[in-house]
Amino acid sequence: MMSYLVRRLVLGLLVLVVAMLLLFVLIYAVPGDPATIALGPRASEAQKAFFREQMGLDQPLAVQAASFLWNLLQGDFGTDILSQRPVADLVFSALPRTVTLAVAGVVWAALLGVPLGIWAALRPGTFIDWVIGLISTSVVALPAFLMAIYALILFSVTLGWFPAIGAGDPGDLADQLHHLVLPAFAIGVAWVGYIARLVRVSMLETLAQPHVRTYRAFGVPDLRIALRYVLPIAVVPVISVLGVGIGNLLSGAVLVEVVFSRPGLGSLAYDAVISRNFPVLLGAVVVTTALYVAANFIADTLIAWLDPRLAEKG
Amino acid sequence: MSAPVLQLDKVCIRYPGAPADAVRGVSFDLRRGETLGLVGESGSGKSTLAAATMGLLPAGTAVQGAIRFEGRALFSEITDQQLRRLRGRRIGTISQDPFTALNPVMRIGTQLDALLHWTHDRPKKDRMARIETMLERVGLSDPKVRMAQYPHQMSGGILQRISIAAAMLAEPTLLIADEPTTALDATTEAQILGIMAEAKATLDGATLFITHDMSVVERLCDRIAVLYAGELVETGTVREVLDAPQHPYTRALLDCDPARITEPTRRLPTIEGTVPPIHKRPDGCIFAPRCPAAIARCHAEAPERHELGPRRSAACHLASPTPVTP
Repeated sequence: MMSYLVRRLVLGLLVLVVAMLLLFVLIYAVPGDPATIALGPRASEAQKAFFREQMGLDQPLAVQAASFLWNLLQGDFGTDILSQRPVADLVFSALPRTVTLAVAGVVWAALLGVPLGIWAALRPGTFIDWVIGLISTSVVALPAFLMAIYALILFSVTLGWFPAIGAGDPGDLADQLHHLVLPAFAIGVAWVGYIARLVRVSMLETLAQPHVRTYRAFGVPDLRIALRYVLPIAVVPVISVLGVGIGNLLSGAVLVEVVFSRPGLGSLAYDAVISRNFPVLLGAVVVTTALYVAANFIADTLIAWLDPRLAEKG
Repeated sequence: MSAPVLQLDKVCIRYPGAPADAVRGVSFDLRRGETLGLVGESGSGKSTLAAATMGLLPAGTAVQGAIRFEGRALFSEITDQQLRRLRGRRIGTISQDPFTALNPVMRIGTQLDALLHWTHDRPKKDRMARIETMLERVGLSDPKVRMAQYPHQMSGGILQRISIAAAMLAEPTLLIADEPTTALDATTEAQILGIMAEAKATLDGATLFITHDMSVVERLCDRIAVLYAGELVETGTVREVLDAPQHPYTRALLDCDPARITEPTRRLPTIEGTVPPIHKRPDGCIFAPRCPAAIARCHAEAPERHELGPRRSAACHLASPTPVTP
């Protein structure tokens, strides 16, 4: 079990390093001279050359990439071109809000989606199964930003139940929660359907396994079999799909944060793209990638705990 | 005399959507202290009968006739809910494949405790001690270690011992063993049969032993019921049937048993032809198309059950009461 988790952790870190290098190369390949953007079109060649030298932009690509990685490892994410503040400060103050949003979205979606999936799996082929299937398929197709806009118009603008803008007063937990409801709702809706469908299929598959018959042959009540013994096995593939799906969720968070003008990694990255603020963009994306790797590691740990066979196979 | 532990009276079973009955008119009874070997090829209806007795047939399956457990008819006098309560307490089961019968992600101890859910009002320490004792009785040398392990860490023989222990923990009145040694190798099979013999001797009840292996029947059972294509073709004590089989199908099965072949041979004997699919049953005797002794009457008229003695019958026109050799 431990060696399995260590292997997963090392693999995750490796993924992170490779992803950061790829990112660096991608950004390097983006057209446009950072010196011109930073200093404006009227800067002289000498000023630009000084800027490039200061920023290390005159060095070969490999050297730049290495120093980029090295700085990241030391927690130095560079400096915001516009405000001259350290990128690390910006990114790490935005991080908790995005994590809160993503976790809230997944949690409410799972709280609704898992029971719906179980319900459908226990009554396959019935009207209830059909209704749950229909709802799941319909909401899966809805993009989070569209839900965000609809929710914003209906619940904030028309009904005025929830605030439309921001993340709430930093010192006021109730206010923050109040601000969290609509964005979390928008992010989670599609996931309710997604999770319900995954759980249903996985439950049906597990219910057909021979060992389930053993429980029935010993007179264990059906509902107890489903919840206590089948569900823990059935959620294993669901968790691994969710771990990968976190990437999807985070990209959904970007747009939802923009719609609700909610400070977070998403709006940070969005503003950085608009203003060609590469250090900030890079910082936001690096942290998002780290979040993704962390989510997968958590999923792997949960799976290893639920299914000891997997941990042994590696 | 008290009611038989299990009594089947003209039982017919039809699966939902099936064109014909999978089991037709099967009657036998199983009394306290007896072990009945239910014998037949694949598809003869053995496992269907076992599932029916436990009330574990798929939803929508039609059961006609009566299955009585201790004198009370299933599905009418015993409700589904009551039958569920009987399973695992009064009716114990050992399944065919030990590798898939246990939950792969639960430790053995926890798992056995979960199966004995009705004992959960007792203290956990007592329950675990009881499980440990039972595992020791089925021949596990280190029950504590096994209880902390998962099924994939064990061999088939160990797993089947654990399954037997699970069934025995229920202290059942009726023990149903569905080909418990089919998935095991020959050496392990011998050990498991030994443990089965000991286990059923401690039971205050009866055992239904499903198998296709005549030598297993000879070793473990008192009585035998031979099924062919869903019908009971012959029944009696093991001695009566094995010494003087009256149905040609029983004779053919015995001829095919490698353990009974005395002459050196290059080819193992087989029964010509295959079991007819349930919707293509012949008009006369179901075995007639494959029967070496069939006469014209066999193809035209289905044989009645010939009573050859007390609890001894054969469904064959040619069956005749023979004196049992003392």
